[in-house]
Amino acid sequence: MTTTSTISQPPAPSLPAATAARRPTPRKIRVYTFDDWMSLTGSLLSSFVLVDIVYEHLLDGSGTLGFLVVWYLAFLMLYAAVVGLSNSRPFVVDRLVTTALWAAAGVVIFALMSTVLYTVLKGRHAYVHSNLFTQTAAGVAPSAPLSQGGALHAIVGTFVEVGLAIGVSVPLGIGTAVYMSEVGGSFARVVRTVVEAMTALPEILAGLFVYAFLIVHGFPKSGMAASIAMAVTMIPIIARAAEVALRVVPGGLREASLALGASKFRTVRKVVLPSARAGLATATILGVARGVGETAVVLICSGASTFMEVNPVKNPMNSLPLYIFTAVKTGDPSQAIRAFGAASILLVLVLALFVATRLLSRDKAVQR
Amino acid sequence: MTIASQGGPVTPRRTPRQLSPGLEPTDRIFEGFSLGIGAFVLILTGAVGLFLGLESIPTFRHYGFHFFTTVDWNPELDKVGIAAVLLGTFEVALVAMVVSFPLALAFALFISDYAPKWLKGWLISAVDLMAAVPSIIYGIWGFYLLKPHAMNLARWLSQHFGWFPLFHVNTDPNAAVWQQSQYTSSAFIAGLAVSMMAIPLACAVMRAVFDQAPLGEREAAMALGGTQWGVVKTVVLPFGKGGIIGGTMLALGRALGETAAVAIILSPAYILSPRILQSGAQTTSGLIASNFGNASQSQLSALLTAGFVLFVITLIVNSTAAFVIGRSRSGAATEI
Repeated sequence: MTTTSTISQPPAPSLPAATAARRPTPRKIRVYTFDDWMSLTGSLLSSFVLVDIVYEHLLDGSGTLGFLVVWYLAFLMLYAAVVGLSNSRPFVVDRLVTTALWAAAGVVIFALMSTVLYTVLKGRHAYVHSNLFTQTAAGVAPSAPLSQGGALHAIVGTFVEVGLAIGVSVPLGIGTAVYMSEVGGSFARVVRTVVEAMTALPEILAGLFVYAFLIVHGFPKSGMAASIAMAVTMIPIIARAAEVALRVVPGGLREASLALGASKFRTVRKVVLPSARAGLATATILGVARGVGETAVVLICSGASTFMEVNPVKNPMNSLPLYIFTAVKTGDPSQAIRAFGAASILLVLVLALFVATRLLSRDKAVQR
Repeated sequence: MTIASQGGPVTPRRTPRQLSPGLEPTDRIFEGFSLGIGAFVLILTGAVGLFLGLESIPTFRHYGFHFFTTVDWNPELDKVGIAAVLLGTFEVALVAMVVSFPLALAFALFISDYAPKWLKGWLISAVDLMAAVPSIIYGIWGFYLLKPHAMNLARWLSQHFGWFPLFHVNTDPNAAVWQQSQYTSSAFIAGLAVSMMAIPLACAVMRAVFDQAPLGEREAAMALGGTQWGVVKTVVLPFGKGGIIGGTMLALGRALGETAAVAIILSPAYILSPRILQSGAQTTSGLIASNFGNASQSQLSALLTAGFVLFVITLIVNSTAAFVIGRSRSGAATEI
């Protein structure tokens, strides 16, 4: 980025005309002349008109999507022809790729934005009623109006389950990272291989593991079981990200501490871990973001419930993703709106975690 | 250490100066403790794979190779196999990858090389954020917003490319009143929803690698008179090859194991058909999610075996990704 911008700066205007003529002026990159803009808008407009006449009216097109696709293809061809009139082939290819990348970016941004906006807009009928946050779904019929019942049990369940999972996975994950990066050795390589392999573990398998290992043998289906499965998927993620954070701590800091006579433990505690604090926080939040969204784990290990349960080892404990899942599965329109309301809460949670990460990493930048 | 222990008081020679002072007691405790944590995590995570593997031995013994070729999942008749669900898993993942790979690659290139400066920071944050959005949200997005539009697209595809087995649908796509239910819950639509979660995931990895393409080489390509696409083609893409493959594999691993988003959209059907546009298919994770509840011990073992196969597949995908990233130039740069 910096390269292109430095190169694309126009030549100094104070240069006398004579020297400017003798000396080659720097080539302009990423500068669109009037000509370029005209050929771009011209191609856009003419392809639109062409497709509108030929495709929509003569050939009886098939809907908005088809129109857009055909319009874009026609535009590409027309644009290539127009640019090709006065430019070399590499230039034409460059322009075509640029338009293609802009179009792809537009599609992706549109799709991602639509995900967020649609969720928030569709959920507004649910979360304008405060009972979504203050009531549970116990004793509320699925078809009940949105002003009755809520997702408090799922919110509380999410916090309890994720909190327990954090309690297990953060010490273990960061401890493993410390072992892999600070102690090392051949056994650490074995641990690293297994941990890296386990980052790919689909959540449902972690859930199935806990189900077959604990629940079949009498452990109650509960929030605790879900937390254990969650922790199993979170530990590898945290450990791997934390190890990267520890590895980028400059070796000079460690050596300085050791040279001052500090023990290895003191070095890790007073030098390595504090300097990697932001990275460790990021690693933790990465793991938490994964845990918050896990649906299948809670479905298998805890199961959905409609009532409030704060005891993690007794009864099924719902969570927000599972609440959404079961609400959508009922097929009831008002339940769908509740699902979107809960999804909005989930989005806000993820956003809060994300902002926290950003703030922590900015903190680090200021310190250095 | 060894030198110090050899030199005892018996020998008249003075013991050589100890070169390695050894560890302090606190350090020995620290190393032992962190070794313990590492070993515990190794056992815990390794146990999942080991447990799944051990539990699947009886199933493999009972069904043999038929476990992979049987289409039905019918424990009552003792006919259990994963042929259909494996195909379904691959179909969903195939659609997701075909859609998400070009878009993720293009978007990553756009962010790293084409986006205006003021937009770049925002886009990086947005992609990282979207990669953290729970998959269930993409699932309900796909179910409520995408499905009606995707159905039309599916119909169009089957109208014009129905001769291609993948796009064939067992109904007349040209009928004036077309059978919408034949298109609603297909692997195609589930795959589209999964591709939405795969795009930010793959894009975030690719973008991070593209941004590390060495400045000097970019400038050199520019100085040789290359266009911007020339720079991307000759410097950024070759440099980022590892990131492209690694990011794609990462997304593929996610797509293979996705449960909730797929379970919302797909209507379960245990059939062996390549028709991705037609309603009805099942994935391995969907099979587990819908059958674990009322499974007897032997059925549970069969489910665990299906899970084990899924695990092995994702493991291969992920290890390949790690290997490719580690071997590539860009991988070496990220390690520092």
